[in-house]
Amino acid sequence: MNIDRELKRHFIGRLIENGRRIDGRGFDDLREISVQTDIIHDKAEGSALVKLGNTEVLCGIKMEMGEPFPDRPEEGVMMTGAELVPIAAPDFEAGRPGEEAIELARVVDRGIRESKMIDLEKLVITPGEKVWMVYIDLHVLNHDGNLIDASTLASVAALNTTWVPKYDEKTETVVREKDKDLPIKKLPISFTFAKVGNGIVLDPILDEEFAMDARLTVTVADKNVCAMQKGESGAFKPNEISGVTVVKRQVPGKGEVEEEMLGMVDKALANYAKVKKMLK
Amino acid sequence: MSGKSEVPLIVKGKRLDGRKLDELRPIKIEAGILNRADGSCYLEWGKNKILAAVYGPRELHPKHMQDNTQAVLRCRYNMAPFSVGERKRPGPDRRSMEISKVIREALERVVFLNYFPTSGIDVFMEVLQADAGTRCAALTAASVALADAGVPMKDLVAACAAGKVDDHIILDLMQEEDNFGQGDMPMGYIPSRDEIVLLQLDGEFTKEELEQAKTFAMEGCRKVYELQKEALKKKYAVAKL
Repeated sequence: MNIDRELKRHFIGRLIENGRRIDGRGFDDLREISVQTDIIHDKAEGSALVKLGNTEVLCGIKMEMGEPFPDRPEEGVMMTGAELVPIAAPDFEAGRPGEEAIELARVVDRGIRESKMIDLEKLVITPGEKVWMVYIDLHVLNHDGNLIDASTLASVAALNTTWVPKYDEKTETVVREKDKDLPIKKLPISFTFAKVGNGIVLDPILDEEFAMDARLTVTVADKNVCAMQKGESGAFKPNEISGVTVVKRQVPGKGEVEEEMLGMVDKALANYAKVKKMLK
Repeated sequence: MSGKSEVPLIVKGKRLDGRKLDELRPIKIEAGILNRADGSCYLEWGKNKILAAVYGPRELHPKHMQDNTQAVLRCRYNMAPFSVGERKRPGPDRRSMEISKVIREALERVVFLNYFPTSGIDVFMEVLQADAGTRCAALTAASVALADAGVPMKDLVAACAAGKVDDHIILDLMQEEDNFGQGDMPMGYIPSRDEIVLLQLDGEFTKEELEQAKTFAMEGCRKVYELQKEALKKKYAVAKL
């Protein structure tokens, strides 16, 4: 048992029970976001460094020529990988991606794929034979919670500035010069919530993640929900997902007050426009 | 997902296999069918065929994995190479590792892990034939197998997916609907506690569609839950004198 973690868990649980968070934010407040694109200018066709508070994720995009999937001959291919490199946290170890890294990559991938962000049909050179492969690779540089949202934002920011190289069909070689921008249709954004006791907070920091019972990521694009992923061994009430929950809370000086709490899906949709502004 | 179907998947409120929009495929659950396992379950759900087995609580190796406050639950969802149209390479891939993780997290909610510190409980799920909805079928079978093993649990987890096809919200997608539909939302639900323990989604849903899919999936889970209980009663009922 990790004593430090256990103590923080109790402390954070008590705080959230009383309507407060350890870093002073409101339950539905995001941390400060910074997005820098074109960080790996010379070798990657697209890249972005996203900071979500102290969490830092670098995403690089590589465009390569390859074969389409047999069941999707007229579409380019996208693939997402994530590495929790040991520089990002004391408990990350070098080696093959573990469960956490795989889930991270798959949830980010799902949001981008299902929102149909990239127009894959425009990435075909010869149907069934030659298509562009979009490799999205995530490097977590500093882990202070909510890797999913930071990684989704880094991927979307990087893809949004990615260029497609020229392909010379005579010599069958890729020329590393810009042919066009990567065709983009939508900008998906993910919102991750942590449930601690009966409180639900948006964009948890690492200490809040140690204390959380359950986690839900909702990825939205415009007015649609395009991906969700629940994590951890706790549970959600149906109304906490979508709809309205009435919560009772002790407020000093006022006694017990009733508050209406919107579902996480509703909150994600409401926050979409605000975060979308951070792109471009 | 996101493929296009050449034929409509819903005609006059009926689906390709004749089901109504909110109708489950036929489900057959049998508890306790493997002799060596501490608990087991065989489940047929439409064309899905799933086998689940539970070993434990037992001593957990390697020792450094042991937790001296509670048992460690390990889950493995695995697809047989012959279970799908094109042969699947045997062994874990990224998809099956993610599914194993979400199923484990769903079951951790109901198993009294704190009763068995330092031990391990292993849940193995083998997909013998797949026809969409295997993670829900596997979770449903795993719950029954755990109960069959006599592992103390708060309740069973039932699972079922809802989805979106031809702009309609439907219950329990089959293969064609999964391949050519617009979205899929698998859910694990504990009816008696009104708790959602597994939830994933892919596709495109408006807020209203999502709300309806949630209602459909919960109702589907309630039906699956009754079938799970029946299967256990069938095995353990004492003959009336």
